[in-house]
Amino acid sequence: MKSLAELEAIKNKIKNQVDIRKDSDDDTVRIVVGMATCGIAAGARPVLSALVEEVGKRGLSHVTVAQTGCIGMCRLEPIVEVHAPGKERVTYIKMTEEKAKKVIAEHIVNGNVVTEYTIGEADK
Amino acid sequence: MLELSLHILDIVNNSVKANASLIKVTIDEALEKNILDIVIEDNGCGMDEEFLASVTDPFKTTRTTRKVGMGLSLFKAAAENTGGYLTIDSKKNVGTVVKVRFTYDHIDRQPLGDMSETMVSLMSGNENIDFLYEHKRNDKSFTLDTRKIKEILGEEISLGSPEIVLWLKEYLKEGLNELLV
Repeated sequence: MKSLAELEAIKNKIKNQVDIRKDSDDDTVRIVVGMATCGIAAGARPVLSALVEEVGKRGLSHVTVAQTGCIGMCRLEPIVEVHAPGKERVTYIKMTEEKAKKVIAEHIVNGNVVTEYTIGEADK
Repeated sequence: MLELSLHILDIVNNSVKANASLIKVTIDEALEKNILDIVIEDNGCGMDEEFLASVTDPFKTTRTTRKVGMGLSLFKAAAENTGGYLTIDSKKNVGTVVKVRFTYDHIDRQPLGDMSETMVSLMSGNENIDFLYEHKRNDKSFTLDTRKIKEILGEEISLGSPEIVLWLKEYLKEGLNELLV
């Protein structure tokens, strides 16, 4: 049973780790998920959930997951953009929960862009 | 949309864009009255009378990437398909209230769906905004006030930290399951 008391315990546990987590902003990888009406209707909510869960499970403290509005390419939603410092932005389209997990594993952790999911491949 | 919880996620994002600091989401499943009510209330920038009058028109929007804003009109259509309605009231610099009513057992009413995933997405994605979520089902109710959560967490721990997000998800899921018992 989850309780507010449990929250206190979690808080104390995290508090001890907070200092380790404070990375400089320069290293932060920003993952942005389109969450406008188009994105939500296309299935962005589980994609967002999966990304947040994977980042949490793997303890990727230098990665943030944010939500944004309509990116302007509604038919390609759900869209996930990866902004890594010093690197070109990568735009993944027609994302799903499974694809999101793969992107975290291969791109974010191992550094290999999953090109087959990117917008560049869609035009071919 | 496939679930009403997705419509809620969509419309609450309007409140976020209106720079609300407190957003109240109230769900009332009144089965004996055969009614499902959803109320989304915010203290954001609000709308003037002119904008409010045509706000449910899909071609009326504050968006710049597109000339249409479909959120409200889709939600309205979903409600009207079940013999319900959507009303919206707003006052500039005060806030906005969206009230949506559905006929509970209507064959065309989408399921409410995963409210825990919707609320977690909203709460963890908008750490600077407070949410008051109240879900009533007949005589049972569940409430989550992020102000209370933040009080416990203190200044240093953010609502977006992975462990907190996980706890939130489970806490919401369990609380909402209790309503079904």
